[in-house]
Parts: sequence; structure tokens; C-alpha cells
Amino acid sequence: MGGLQIPMEQVLALAGLLFSCGLLGLMLRRNIIFMLMSLEVMLNAAALAFVAAGAKWQQADGQIIFLLILSVAAAEVAVGLGLVLQIQRRFKTLDMDQARRLRG
Amino acid sequence: MRKRGGAIMMEMLFYIAAAVALLATVLALSRANAAHALIYLIVSLLAVAVVFFLMGAPFAAALEIVIYAGAIMVLFVFVIMMLNVGREGTAREREWLGGRNWIAPGILSALLLLELMLALRHAPAVTSGVAVTPKEVGLTLFGPYVLAVEIASMLLLAGLVGAYHLGRRFIVRRERRR
Repeated sequence: MGGLQIPMEQVLALAGLLFSCGLLGLMLRRNIIFMLMSLEVMLNAAALAFVAAGAKWQQADGQIIFLLILSVAAAEVAVGLGLVLQIQRRFKTLDMDQARRLRG
Repeated sequence: MRKRGGAIMMEMLFYIAAAVALLATVLALSRANAAHALIYLIVSLLAVAVVFFLMGAPFAAALEIVIYAGAIMVLFVFVIMMLNVGREGTAREREWLGGRNWIAPGILSALLLLELMLALRHAPAVTSGVAVTPKEVGLTLFGPYVLAVEIASMLLLAGLVGAYHLGRRFIVRRERRR
């Protein structure tokens, strides 16, 4: 199956809207799990913009950058969720405002 | 005539998928219960995968489902199950969500969105309508981008080591007296 001819600015507008939603969530929430989810949404929106650009120029580069973003997201989530478990163990809460001391 | 109708239907699919993605994202980030939010987030990722497929990137669509909606979200599920936040956690979350906390983040992200939309207005273009096959992606990935593959593998190794270190049951550490 071939692709679809979609106006580019609409795809990019979708990516921008998703990114803004993620940013809003990141600033709004205090729970660290929701902050990680917002980061996922933002990374995904950036990946959408890259894939759209790849579809516009009919090149594979967009999808390759998507792959790299995917591996960044995977590594970030693995480390972030490890931190979530440690914060829960140490502070008995998921509130990021409680975990502001850098010193262990 | 029939072909034109089919094209219009496919374009409608794009708009439906975009609407589902946006709605599910908004719902996901405004829920109080983490498990519910996670399900909405998975719906959003699946809708974005549909958008990828419609734009002619089937490989990216498959990866989005397998890795994002599959593997990464399963990590979130495991952590939420381990944390066992419970009913009072949800109630506290609802309390944090309410009222005036929305104002400053809302204004900031609306401003950024406005700027983005203004910047987008001047560049009309259409996606090519030709699919980029997985074969092309693979050839480019292991051709000019082979260094990027190595960097990604190093990154994943670092993530693995970091997650292993952080995820141990207890980090042994001398407690400091104060």
C-alpha cells in the first residue's frame, strides 16, 4: 500500500498539539509517573514530525531518526522508572516536590 | 470516480486517527488514576501508529506498536503495579489537579503552540504519497547511519546498566548521622 497525500502542515500541527499537551502535562503534574508519561508524549510528537518529514521527501531518514528516538525513549523510561522505585522507597511518596534534595 | 471516493475515505481516516490521538492524550494527562491514564496513553500511541501507516511509513508504524505501545508501556504497567498507589493516592492526585494549578502551564504551552502554528502557516506542502518500504529503511540504517546504530546500542547499554543499578531492592549506603 502506498502512502496518502496529506497536507504537511496538518501533520505538523498534530505533532505540535501533541507536544503542547505533553508540555502542559509535564508542568502541571507533580506525580513523577505522570511526568514520565508526559515526556513520552513529547518524544512521540517529535518522532511524528520526523516521520512526516520523511514522508514529505520520500526518504528513509525520517524513520531512522524515529528509531533513534525510540531507543532514547526506551533508555530514558528504564532509568526513570528505576528512579521512581527508589524515590517511592526512600520518601514514601511520588510527589516530586518532596524529592528536591540532591544529596542521598 | 470510485478511486477519488476511496482517497477521500482514507483522508478521513487520517483525521479520525488524529482526533483520537489528541483526545486520548488529553484524557491520559488529566486522569487522576495512573492505570487509567496509561490505557489512554496506549490508545494515543496506537492512533499515532495509524497516522504513521497512512503517511506511508509502515515500518515506523509497526515499531510504534511493538516497542512503544508494547514494551515501554508494559514497563509502566509493571511499575504502577509494584507501587500499589491505591485509593488515597488517587484522591491526592485529584486534589493536586484541581483549580488554579492549570493557569501558568496552560498559558505557557498555549503561547508555544500559537508560535508553532504561526510558523507553520507559511509553508504549504503535501506528503509525497509514496510509501518508504522497510527495505529502504534497513539499507539506509546500516549504510550511512551505521554509526548512529552503534551510538544507540551504547545508549541502550547505559540505560540497562543504570536501570539495573537503580532497580536493586536496596542500595547499600552508609547512613549519615545528623
